[in-house]
Amino acid sequence: MSLEAGLFTAGPIERRKRRVERVAHVILLLTTAALILPLFAIVIYLVVKAWPVLSWSFLVENPQHYMTAGGIWAPLVGTFYVVVLSLAIAAPIGVLAGVYLNEYARENWLTRLVNLAVVNLAGVPSIVHALFGVGVFVMMAGFGRSVAAASCTLAIMTLPVIITSTREALAAVPFAFREACWNMGASRWQTIRTIVLPNAIGGILTGVILQVSRAAGETAPILFTGAVFYVAVPDSGLASFFPYGLRDPFMALSYHLFTIATQVTGVSEALAYGTAVVLIALVVTVNLVSIVLRVRLRSRRKW
Amino acid sequence: MTPSLDRRAGLSRRFSRLGEPAVEWAIRLCGWSAIFFVFAIFFFVFREAAPVLFGELDLEEFFTSVNWRPDSTIRPQFGILALLAGTASVTALAMAISVPAGFGAAIFISEFCGPKAREALKIVIELLAAIPSVVWGFIGYMVLNPVIIWTTGAPIGINILNGGIILALMSVPVIMSVGEDALKAVPDAYREAALALGASRWQLTTRVLLPAAKNGLLAAALLGVGRAVGETMAVLMATGHSVQIPHGVLDPVRTLTATIAAELGETVVGGTHYRVLFVIGGLLMVMSLLVNLTADLIVNGVRGRPNT
Repeated sequence: MSLEAGLFTAGPIERRKRRVERVAHVILLLTTAALILPLFAIVIYLVVKAWPVLSWSFLVENPQHYMTAGGIWAPLVGTFYVVVLSLAIAAPIGVLAGVYLNEYARENWLTRLVNLAVVNLAGVPSIVHALFGVGVFVMMAGFGRSVAAASCTLAIMTLPVIITSTREALAAVPFAFREACWNMGASRWQTIRTIVLPNAIGGILTGVILQVSRAAGETAPILFTGAVFYVAVPDSGLASFFPYGLRDPFMALSYHLFTIATQVTGVSEALAYGTAVVLIALVVTVNLVSIVLRVRLRSRRKW
Repeated sequence: MTPSLDRRAGLSRRFSRLGEPAVEWAIRLCGWSAIFFVFAIFFFVFREAAPVLFGELDLEEFFTSVNWRPDSTIRPQFGILALLAGTASVTALAMAISVPAGFGAAIFISEFCGPKAREALKIVIELLAAIPSVVWGFIGYMVLNPVIIWTTGAPIGINILNGGIILALMSVPVIMSVGEDALKAVPDAYREAALALGASRWQLTTRVLLPAAKNGLLAAALLGVGRAVGETMAVLMATGHSVQIPHGVLDPVRTLTATIAAELGETVVGGTHYRVLFVIGGLLMVMSLLVNLTADLIVNGVRGRPNT
């Protein structure tokens, strides 16, 4: 090869570099695809298997004949109650804690300790949350196995993520906004209430909404704190919307899926697949709402 | 000034004198609540466990015996070695799959694909992370089970392989998103310098980004381990129920978490079996605490400032 041609054509090292680059690209692409495509295949498979039972009446009918027939109304309502109650407990505490960490906390050992506690609380295994719930809410507080005990357990489990997402949402509000408000003579809390929180509310909401799907799907923490095998629930009328009191045990969608898949015999497969599909649909819908909300807020942001 | 405005001003002044400190204290208390809850969880789990932990439980047998016979009327035995082996084997298999795959996907998303594909992939990964563990368990139990029997010829498809695959898919989102954050935290100047020297993107990744982001990537892997060790419902449904030391990936095992979930409902409150399950819970708590503290120290350093 002459020198002039060698200047402008790729040499062996360059060619090898490009070849490795192409191979790496393809391998990484395949790895990513291997994580995602089977998921789509599985979801489609679940929907196909569940197709025979998927209908409106599946949602609004109660389980019948020892849970081998009927729908999922009772567990659906139970999940709804527990999720709403647990968020009603966790959201205010979590948001205020996020405000504390981002607006009040100084850089000292106490703040460091709080941050470590949040990280560790998020890492506590869900079954340990269940043990804690049994020890504190079921036994010591005397709630028994009930909606109240399960909601409190779930609330503590969702708390760290709400704290983290709130803090991030608050940290995204530019510091100049606060300075401007302080310069008008506003106090710290006035600044937070009128400037910081309104500007961060979208981010905070996204974090809280995400916890709806997490709380709805969790099984282990409610296993011994309130979710039970079967509860007879009124089939129709207003009473069917308020089947559980605070002190009553309840049925939950996630636990219901576990029991009809592994514990009850004689359940038609479609029923179990149907429950799984409803649970997935619920969680995915909630997540998509949160994603859409996030994208819209980001595009409308003024800074 | 009109009287009503005057009164409102007075009210708000009174609020700022009395109400504002109250609000600020409420905020402080909520902020400190996380510390309170972590200590409360420790306290109550160990309070329930204490009577057997410092009493009748033979700790040597507890950690070294493979005999888990809590219901034996002659002589109940509480040896968790087989359960530890179950947790370790399933976690190890899950990590062997999910760490390379998660890092690969993180590198792809952060360095190799365009901004639109990146957004789409991140949303899909977010949805992957949102699927509840009981649904993963269901997939292992109903879908993967026959597939494993069919491909490997094993008598039961609910085993380490099944649980490992399911747990790998569950921990990939954590590993990937934390790993991607670590790669993104590498300053762009590093990338520009490498590209200016004529490096390809793959050379840039292996020679510059991976060494620079190694702390963050290590933390990502550790968080994946934490998630896998603590996972309950999926392993309860997908790994089978034999308390034994596994000899291959097709053996069914029982993990620590699954043991608590399967047995707590059948124990007598305050009995030895009940308290031993709390001891296991305390052990899990300590394990996850160590994993999380290590990951946090790696990422944030001792003083809480991010390492660069």
